[in-house]
Amino acid sequence: MYVAVKGGEAAIEQAHRLLADRRRGDRAVPALSLEQIAGQLSLAVDRVMAEGSLYDPDLAAMAVRQSRGDLIEAIFLLRAYRTTLPRFGYSRPIDTSRMQIERRVSATYKDIPGGQLLGPTFDYTHRLIDPAMATDEEVAAPQRQPRRERESCPRVMDILNDEGLIEPDGQSDSEPADLTRDPTDYPAARDLRLQALARGDEGFLLSLGYSTQRGYGRTHPFVGEIRVGLVEVEVEMPELGFAISIGRIRITECQMVSQFKNTDGEGPRFTRGYGLVFGQSERKAMAMSLVDRALRADEFGEQRMAPAQDEEFVLEHCDNVQATGFVEHLKLPHYVDFQAELDLLRLLRREDAERAESQEAAE
Amino acid sequence: MNTEQQTADRRRALEAMAAMPAARLAERYARLAEVAPASLPVRGPEIGAVMVRGRAGGGGAAFNLGEASVTRATVKLAGGEIGHAVVLGRDGEKARMVAHLDALRQLPEWVQRIDDEIVIPARQLQNDAECRLAEETEATRVNFFTLVRGED
Repeated sequence: MYVAVKGGEAAIEQAHRLLADRRRGDRAVPALSLEQIAGQLSLAVDRVMAEGSLYDPDLAAMAVRQSRGDLIEAIFLLRAYRTTLPRFGYSRPIDTSRMQIERRVSATYKDIPGGQLLGPTFDYTHRLIDPAMATDEEVAAPQRQPRRERESCPRVMDILNDEGLIEPDGQSDSEPADLTRDPTDYPAARDLRLQALARGDEGFLLSLGYSTQRGYGRTHPFVGEIRVGLVEVEVEMPELGFAISIGRIRITECQMVSQFKNTDGEGPRFTRGYGLVFGQSERKAMAMSLVDRALRADEFGEQRMAPAQDEEFVLEHCDNVQATGFVEHLKLPHYVDFQAELDLLRLLRREDAERAESQEAAE
Repeated sequence: MNTEQQTADRRRALEAMAAMPAARLAERYARLAEVAPASLPVRGPEIGAVMVRGRAGGGGAAFNLGEASVTRATVKLAGGEIGHAVVLGRDGEKARMVAHLDALRQLPEWVQRIDDEIVIPARQLQNDAECRLAEETEATRVNFFTLVRGED
């Protein structure tokens, strides 16, 4: 346990002043603008929004700047701000089938209605650092291609579901759990797990997802579909008596098709994992869908043997703000605690020495 | 015009204005506000959050995905017409402008002008942005070919 300490105000003030200086860096170099951060480091901003659990690109860009690019610090800042906001209400569930698609790929079918659209992806790049990144060369405008006549992009899951080859979306009209309002009870339902995963640490979930692929709770997954794009946020307006769209947000959705099971007497069917994340972040959405599927072990009568299947382990450790708080608090003054440990250790050693001495004397 | 139609029009106007970039809205609003009846604040503009929900599997049970910052405002005209606005983001002035326009739109003599000068251009901007995004995305459409492996 750490204890309160007094003093140090002057040093703390100077440390913060020094931090502000180092954050700003060389004054001869122009300061970063929020437009630059939100526009050119947009995936960092997206990650901060997703794990900060607040969709607001400007605020997330401010947090990235304030934190000197330390994204977990930025996430912490956004979470702290979030707690100051009154909650006006809940949106209607977003409808990802009506997304304006910016990217859509499937690893299960090469020909899907609506087609595959690569969008702005790192896939198929050579991962060689581009010398042009050291300069400010003109960047060509993207090519434009007339869009096809209102071609619909049905969800790949619906194609499989039409044949009865995959478990359908479960239905429920109950009010979803909210971990920002109520303490978590175990076992947790899937709605609560999805909320926790959606704001969970990308690195932690990535590693857990990876562990399931390597045999720790294997799920044998295929990417049914990943889609990135803009969806409407619709809110009921009690003042007006109807719902309106208040704007659009960018999200990433991953539908993972997993090992087939025959658990509900419907014959063997593929099972599913689901990932949904603020912003463009398919690594996170994919990791989330792997972990979501692993955490459904009980539903499919699977033995919980691996960390990714242990919901208390996953949910209690996936939040990087909680994790960083507890790990980093270790550097705060623990003088009294440590003093007690020291005293105890000295006592033990003294007793040890006395025992050895008396034994020697006896011999 | 029946009330159902009016409600639908009001909703569409609110949605178009909410989607309009604040700077573009402000330009057009300024011209209108010079001559329009003024409004009094009733509530806000007030910044808060809306919990955005998703559905497990895309179509299943709802879950809480995360919050989004929003701003709401309510204003009143001298004649008692109340205007409401909720917009994504933290732009109080934008919410106030939308609420004022929503109130003005309840005065029959203002409907046409607001629709012509703000709602229709807002929808046009939105369509252009959507079209551009769709066309840029379309250029990345891919056809994968499966190669037969040489084992047979």
